[in-house]
Amino acid sequence: MADLRTNFIGVRSPNPFWLASAPPTDKEYNVVRAFKAGWGGVVWKTLGEDPPVVNVSSRYGAMSYNGTRIAGFNNIELISDRPLHVNLQEIKAVKRAWPDRAMIVSLMVPCEEASWKKILPLVEDTECDAIELNFGCPHGMSERGMGSAVGQVPDYVEMVARWCKQFSRLPVIVKLTPNITDIRAPARAAKRGGADAVSLINTIQSICEVDLDLMAPTPTVDGQGTHGGYCGPAVKPIALRMVGDIARDPETRGIPISGIGGVSTWRDAAEFIAMGAGTVQVCTAAMHKGFRIVEDMCDGLSNWMDSKGYTSIDQFVGKAVPNYVQWEQLNLSFKTIAEINQDLCIKCGLCHVACEDTSHQSISAQNVDGVRRYEVIEEECVGCNLCAHVCPVDTCITMVTQAPTGPRRTWKEHPNNPMSPNFVGEAAE
Amino acid sequence: MADLPDIAAHRLSADALRANFGDAEPPLTDAQAVVEANRCYFCYDAPCIQACPTGIDIPGFIRGIATGNVKGAALRILEENIMGGTCARACPTEILCEQACVRNAQEAKPIDIGGLQRHATDHLFDAQIQPFTRAAPTGKRVAVVGAGPAGLACAHALSRQGHEIVVYEARAKAGGLNEYGLAAYKMADEFAAREVAFILAIGGITIENNRALGRDLQLGELTTQFDAVFLGMGQAGVNALNDDAHPMDGFLPAVDFIAALRQADDKSTVPVGRRVVVIGGGNTAIDAAVQSKRLGAEDVTLVYRRGADDMSATTAEQEWAQTNDVRIKRWARPARLHATDGAVRSVEFERTKMGADGKLTGTGEFFTVDADMVLTAIGQTFVPDPVTRDANAVLELDRGRIRVDADHKTSLPNVFAGGDCVQGQDLTVSAVQHGKLAARAIDRLLRS
Ligand SMILES: Cc1cc2nc3c(=O)[nH]c(=O)nc-3n(C[C@H](O)[C@H](O)[C@H](O)COP(=O)(O)OP(=O)(O)OC[C@H]3O[C@@H](n4cnc5c(N)ncnc54)[C@H](O)[C@@H]3O)c2cc1C
Ligand SMILES: Cc1cc2nc3c(=O)[nH]c(=O)nc-3n(C[C@H](O)[C@H](O)[C@H](O)COP(=O)(O)O)c2cc1C
Ligand code: SF4
Ligand code: SF4
Ligand code: SF4
Repeated sequence: MADLRTNFIGVRSPNPFWLASAPPTDKEYNVVRAFKAGWGGVVWKTLGEDPPVVNVSSRYGAMSYNGTRIAGFNNIELISDRPLHVNLQEIKAVKRAWPDRAMIVSLMVPCEEASWKKILPLVEDTECDAIELNFGCPHGMSERGMGSAVGQVPDYVEMVARWCKQFSRLPVIVKLTPNITDIRAPARAAKRGGADAVSLINTIQSICEVDLDLMAPTPTVDGQGTHGGYCGPAVKPIALRMVGDIARDPETRGIPISGIGGVSTWRDAAEFIAMGAGTVQVCTAAMHKGFRIVEDMCDGLSNWMDSKGYTSIDQFVGKAVPNYVQWEQLNLSFKTIAEINQDLCIKCGLCHVACEDTSHQSISAQNVDGVRRYEVIEEECVGCNLCAHVCPVDTCITMVTQAPTGPRRTWKEHPNNPMSPNFVGEAAE
Repeated sequence: MADLPDIAAHRLSADALRANFGDAEPPLTDAQAVVEANRCYFCYDAPCIQACPTGIDIPGFIRGIATGNVKGAALRILEENIMGGTCARACPTEILCEQACVRNAQEAKPIDIGGLQRHATDHLFDAQIQPFTRAAPTGKRVAVVGAGPAGLACAHALSRQGHEIVVYEARAKAGGLNEYGLAAYKMADEFAAREVAFILAIGGITIENNRALGRDLQLGELTTQFDAVFLGMGQAGVNALNDDAHPMDGFLPAVDFIAALRQADDKSTVPVGRRVVVIGGGNTAIDAAVQSKRLGAEDVTLVYRRGADDMSATTAEQEWAQTNDVRIKRWARPARLHATDGAVRSVEFERTKMGADGKLTGTGEFFTVDADMVLTAIGQTFVPDPVTRDANAVLELDRGRIRVDADHKTSLPNVFAGGDCVQGQDLTVSAVQHGKLAARAIDRLLRS
């Protein structure tokens, strides 16, 4: 049994699975249920100044994909709409009752020193383990100069992080917004401001769908809609890339990262960890299936680690980062081509039509004695993988590594590259 | 006295009968349909299309269901098969489209093409959408004989082209075996009649009921009065038991029993034996056996002279009979019917086996099954008289049915035929395809 315990910036938790700051962590009742179910920690639903915000009715939109519900999820909720003192009392009570679990408090107050100075001691008094600065909420709060309005300006990120370090002894996690061109800028700013860690991603500005009867974006509130924040399985690729960018950036390399965005299974978590995350946070998957999913997350991660010989999480934190390189570092002499396992092939012809219509015309459609047969034309195949992705049968199409077309050569050395020392002019290849 | 033949109506409560003769397979819900539609791979050059006798663009219509374009899906179906609604309910998909589905090779679970086809066509019917219009009138008139699937498919296609159609139908209602033959639980809620109304709603088609070719009108008259004739008369006869049994109470062709059942508004009024024996191995035998059971018969035994693989009823249908508690006995043939006071009491069977010469032989062993009712389902036959007796218009036959070419043209230049009255698969879907192909050929002829 692999050891799933984590120590993230001094915050200990029995496993790397935390619930992200959101409705699942809105109050004592939910959080106690989560801890009973086995979650390693929670980031409490973001606290703000009193009087509390007011939420609208009708709050969520969702993307169903081919009959699968909630491939992507979108919300127009604000931060906690409960009085500050109620939240603080509950946080304190839960932390006392569950000392082994990570208790992080998410905060969002106006971008003024006085506001932070005032709230930080109150939060510290709850005996929580750390704070997370919500610089990410992309709707509502940002219109009031908070949330992603702060997260999008690196100088503000740095400034607020510094205040928090100055006015509190608690470890500081800065939660980043993905609604920005270069995710490294706010991450670097957070580090300059003294933050102990970053967490990402918060939600992505989005409109999930348009109600074609009401002619309004969903979710609709009295016939109108607003943009919301997108999350769930669909955002995982975006989040992974951003996590990886921070993990490999020379300026932020090594900063602890709590990975968020579409984590639904142990495998998603393992991928985030391999890309540099020390813990992961989950929201949509729990909102979709309830807290019990954590059982398989722990179990699955542990079994996978056993199969790979990892005995603790830190053994593979960031292990994929060195292999996450710039395009120009890829070996242009490497070659794979598609291979169809005719025994597994069910003759749906999808590989053929995909390659024929949209790629390289490298899969022939034949009829052998009345039986359909699809074969790769090896000389034509460029190894793009499209057929392997469209094939509905697992492992039926595999990409087989061929002998390299020459010595290892990247774009930097390629004769077609005018900047390369080997440039041969117009007639290349 | 326990010894009297026990044939009675009202064996089951009205509720039980409603359940027994409601949809055998409930329609897919919207959500189920979307999930199922998304299982379809949208195959290239899809094999299921080739396996559908009417060539419906199956992946094309299924995609419409997946994307919420259900009306478009229904139109794609009806474009190729105007009886897509009945076919969705009655086609033996396990030997047609679904047999060819690539999902069989992957997971032995094909797409529920029939269920999805029903989902789409029901949507159109429920929304009472009439998608078809007629082309400008051509002034040409076509006579159709028989208002079954073949005749109606032909009539509809011709009407769309702007021709005027008169359909002569021997029975009181249109629909052919959709109305009189298919199992009640396949065609619940008067579906046959609703579909006929939908088909006729295009206009340009007049049905003359109770008008039989050979009795009330002659083929020669039709060929002169109309620009073309289509014959879709099905098979009006039934094979008799080789033993040439005398008429007796409780002994009747399965198709008559089924037709009476189908026509009864209140199924509880249909009499059925306590013990029923059905002789035969096809669709009709299965349907008669299951429907007697569902009417309340206590013991239903289906006896077939050869083995399971020889039965023309598909494996799925045989299983359906068995799950309906019908006992299937194979390798036995009827030797004698026993009657008392003119009413059947039992059937004596001889066991059979395959002889060394590849022919079926009796083993000389006999057994008797008690029966209050004996239904024969040993095949329907085409009655050729209406097309051979009128000296002005005599058609050539091919193995006992009307001879036609690939265009469904008979030996007379402006007479076409299709459905069960010509050689073929004897399925609703094939009859529709015949009618459709014949209509194309007739249209070409009328425009030339
Ligand atoms: C009991 C039973 C169950 C079946 N179940 C299935 C099933 O589940 N699935 C399936 O695909 N197929 C099934 N079939 C077969 C299917 O019903 C037929 O293949 C199909 O109906 C043939 O269509 P048709 O138009 O050729 O003939 P029919 O449906 O027989 O229609 C012929 C029409 O012509 C009329 N007619 C006949 N003679 C004359 C005349 N001289 N003048 C005027 N009109 C005349 C008849 O009254 C009838 O209305 C079943 C058949 C039977 C008997
Ligand atoms: C309904 C809803 C409310 C949220 N509220 C907050 C919040 O108050 N503070 C915050 O930092 N993030 C909030 N988030 C963002 C989540 O914490 C998380 O970053 C995001 O949902 C991505 O993770 P996921 O893909 O697992 O859902 C909210 C998300 C949702 C769906
Ligand atoms: S890998 Fe790309 S080029 Fe090769 S067969 Fe597949 S789709 Fe075609
Ligand atoms: S996509 Fe896969 S299963 Fe389909 S024909 Fe190609 S190789 Fe065969
Ligand atoms: S064969 Fe099956 S999966 Fe392929 S298009 Fe037809 S129904 Fe869909």
